Amino acid sequence: MKPAAFAYAKARSLDHAIELLGRHDGQARVLAGGQSLIATLNMRLDAPDLLVDINRVAGLDCIARRNGYIEIGALVRHAAAERSDVIRREAPLIARAMPHIGHPAIRNRGTVGGSIALADPAAELPACLLALGGEVEIAGAQGRRTVAADAFFKGLFDTALGSGDVLTAIRVPAAAPATRTGFAEFSRRHGDYALVGLAASATAEGRSLRDVRLAYFGVGATAVRARQAEAALIGTGLDAAVAALEQDLAPEDDVQANAAVKRQLAGVLLRRVAAQLTEQSA
Amino acid sequence: MSAPVVDIAVTVNGELVRETVEARKTLVDFLREDLGLTGSHVGCEHGVCGACTVRLDGVVVRGCLTLAAQCDGARVETIEGVSDSGEIADLQDAFHKRNALQCGYCTPGMLLTAQELLASGAAPSRAAIREHLSGNYCRCTGYQAIVDAVESVARARGKA
Repeated sequence: MKPAAFAYAKARSLDHAIELLGRHDGQARVLAGGQSLIATLNMRLDAPDLLVDINRVAGLDCIARRNGYIEIGALVRHAAAERSDVIRREAPLIARAMPHIGHPAIRNRGTVGGSIALADPAAELPACLLALGGEVEIAGAQGRRTVAADAFFKGLFDTALGSGDVLTAIRVPAAAPATRTGFAEFSRRHGDYALVGLAASATAEGRSLRDVRLAYFGVGATAVRARQAEAALIGTGLDAAVAALEQDLAPEDDVQANAAVKRQLAGVLLRRVAAQLTEQSA
Repeated sequence: MSAPVVDIAVTVNGELVRETVEARKTLVDFLREDLGLTGSHVGCEHGVCGACTVRLDGVVVRGCLTLAAQCDGARVETIEGVSDSGEIADLQDAFHKRNALQCGYCTPGMLLTAQELLASGAAPSRAAIREHLSGNYCRCTGYQAIVDAVESVARARGKA
């Protein structure tokens, strides 16, 4: 289908974008890569008055190490993140996830900030941000603020972003030598949204792990931490962690798989990802 | 109320084009309807099938998930452009020889996507070729002949 009519404005700066958004009182949308937004408009699931194109706003496409964090600007394309040496070295979980995001043509255009701001429950990057204990930088009419990943994702496609806000960057702690990461997902076809996926980080201590963070996606309204499984993985072991998923996860049936299948797959993923976490320790 | 419009200047296959387009017009509709470049096809219109694949500033994108308004100042190349320049003549030849198409609807998108993989200079495995083309649907061939064609060109270019 074709989208309903809307006006289009090229933001000259971050302030200009925020001003345009404010003037349209919830009826404007931020256009970055557009790989989800334009599909949504084409299907007429949304019909805003105005698109505010931030692609020409300077300074939003940097990948840099700053104060022990890796900062990824909102306009960094997935393809640029995939090629980045800084991300491969210092945010390896994101590097592991990248090839699973859409297809080459989607990754050439889609942005890291857009994926986080949309917060699709089956998307890879929100789960990575959660697993890494990262944070989100937001600019709005009231100034700038930082929101931790644990507080950013609120519900189905619902985040801490207000209708007048622009997500400007995400930050994740730079990997230390003892940092371990794991990533795996099941999808029907390479590049499709996941049926179930798991992003994980941990710190190795001798042969064991601490600070385990397991973030599942595709099993609820948002990416979710499996906190009891995290504790079990540190304490009692892998079988107990897989069993703990029964309490941690409450997947519902959807068109792709029913809840029982998702539960089963979640356990399989935990075994695979746990192997990745400990392989790196050896 | 008439729909909002935007003035754009965009270089399409090496030629500068100035047009006034509706803000909501997608790049692929602009190419087909305003410029008559009907080699780029419209399939699903939500980024799944890859029939609308074109190059924007040197990289392949979905023509249905990019607005024409966003292409002001950009460089766009379509299947017509890369065909005429001879850039993918060997790939087109291989598709022909190996029957890597039947109806041809997906072929322009397949060729542009495959060319991006081949131009990266890698010697891709069959699995890597399949993965790279996973965002381009073909409902006729079953993909086997397409992978054969891309693999044969990768080998031939590697030797050249």
